[in-house]
Amino acid sequence: MSFAVQALTRSLNVFHLAGSACNNCDIEILDALTPRYDLERFGIVLVGSIRHADVLLLSGVFNKKSAIRLQHLYEQAPKPVVVVAIGACACAGCMFRESYNWYGKISDYIPIDAYVPGCPPKPEAMIAAVAKLIAKLRGS
Amino acid sequence: MNPAVIILKALIFPGLLFTAVLGLVTSWVDRFVTARVQMRVGPPFLQPFYDVAKLMIKETCVPAGGSTWLFLGAPLVGLSGVTLGALVVWSALLFGGRGFSGDVIVALYVLTLPAVGVILGSFASRNPLASLGGSREMKLLLSYELPLALAVLVPVMQSYAAVQSIRLADMATQLPVASVSGVLALVVAILCMQAKLTLVPFDAPEAETELTGGAYMEYSGPPLGLFKLTRAMMLVTMPLFLVTVFCGGLDVADGVLPALLGLLKVLGLVVVIVLIRNTAPRVRTDQAVRFFWGPVTLVALVAVGLGMMGL
Ligand code: SF4
Repeated sequence: MSFAVQALTRSLNVFHLAGSACNNCDIEILDALTPRYDLERFGIVLVGSIRHADVLLLSGVFNKKSAIRLQHLYEQAPKPVVVVAIGACACAGCMFRESYNWYGKISDYIPIDAYVPGCPPKPEAMIAAVAKLIAKLRGS
Repeated sequence: MNPAVIILKALIFPGLLFTAVLGLVTSWVDRFVTARVQMRVGPPFLQPFYDVAKLMIKETCVPAGGSTWLFLGAPLVGLSGVTLGALVVWSALLFGGRGFSGDVIVALYVLTLPAVGVILGSFASRNPLASLGGSREMKLLLSYELPLALAVLVPVMQSYAAVQSIRLADMATQLPVASVSGVLALVVAILCMQAKLTLVPFDAPEAETELTGGAYMEYSGPPLGLFKLTRAMMLVTMPLFLVTVFCGGLDVADGVLPALLGLLKVLGLVVVIVLIRNTAPRVRTDQAVRFFWGPVTLVALVAVGLGMMGL
């Protein structure tokens, strides 16, 4: 395992972008960061600026306008960065899939590394996703 | 002295490398105590090292339209400032009373450079939120420097009265905190240190929740890593400086045990500021300025007055 991967997977700074989610996913994300689950044990902390982020968490469906913001945000993130889609909305559009403001799959305009399905997913599911993501990055 | 020795001292021991390692350990203490206050397990011991190492391999984004060389140079200003400050304090403590008359003033002076680096970097990034953070940092700097200088004046006066010297090495043999004026001055200095490290309640320049990282907002990769390192080094250098001038230094010459006790004093100060940061809400910039120029300066003046009377 290279030093770069080692350092990256032990210190994941998370930036959370809510793309008009119904707010349940956002609450569950915050839940995962509370003392009960204590993600800082694995070096995971929430940051306020995309420039400090290693992980981009997405929740909700992105429409014509916010999809452009999402693309900008992805380009502004210092690489390497991984993108995680949280919730059925971000994964596949959920019940908004047939709606007029559905802009298509997120993976059509930015690459996504992990999907966490659920409406909303439990914090345990997110932690499991992060564990799988770390295993994938480390190539094991 | 041989220039090679001086460079070695500045870069490895007791300058950059040594203080950086110690600072990262101290920042783990900070995060560990914070976690325990919030009833969490907290990060592993090596977490601050991983954080800085990770930033070193990340991409560096330079904002378009900003001043590139100032943006990339600002972290170096801060880092060199804290390295110099640590070097001055450590030389006085470790190398059998080396130093020069008035090195306490030099230390006080170069320890303002990290704040100057943050201000320069935030203005160079051409980000409105970052400049807001920078201007807050500037106001904070202007407000706490006066009481800090007044507070340090008390041990300076006491040391001059006792041993006719204002070298840090001689000040470390005195115990100003055993007098009333010394206690008052130490309290003032701890409050100023809290603001100098921009910890809660004086973290308005960063303000995670409203300025989203504030002054550091546009920084990524190695420059951000240098800023983090500078902050970690300040987190150990400032308490060390206060222990040197107020609490009798580290007693390195007396053997290992007294030196470890001295380090416990530093650790104690660190825990005090971490506890303050975990139990206080953030104040606005104007409240901070009023606080430092009002009551804090007043207490510092009282301490100086008492010190003049020899209390
Ligand atoms: S996935 Fe469900 S809980 Fe999450 S934002 Fe969509 S509708 Fe809300």
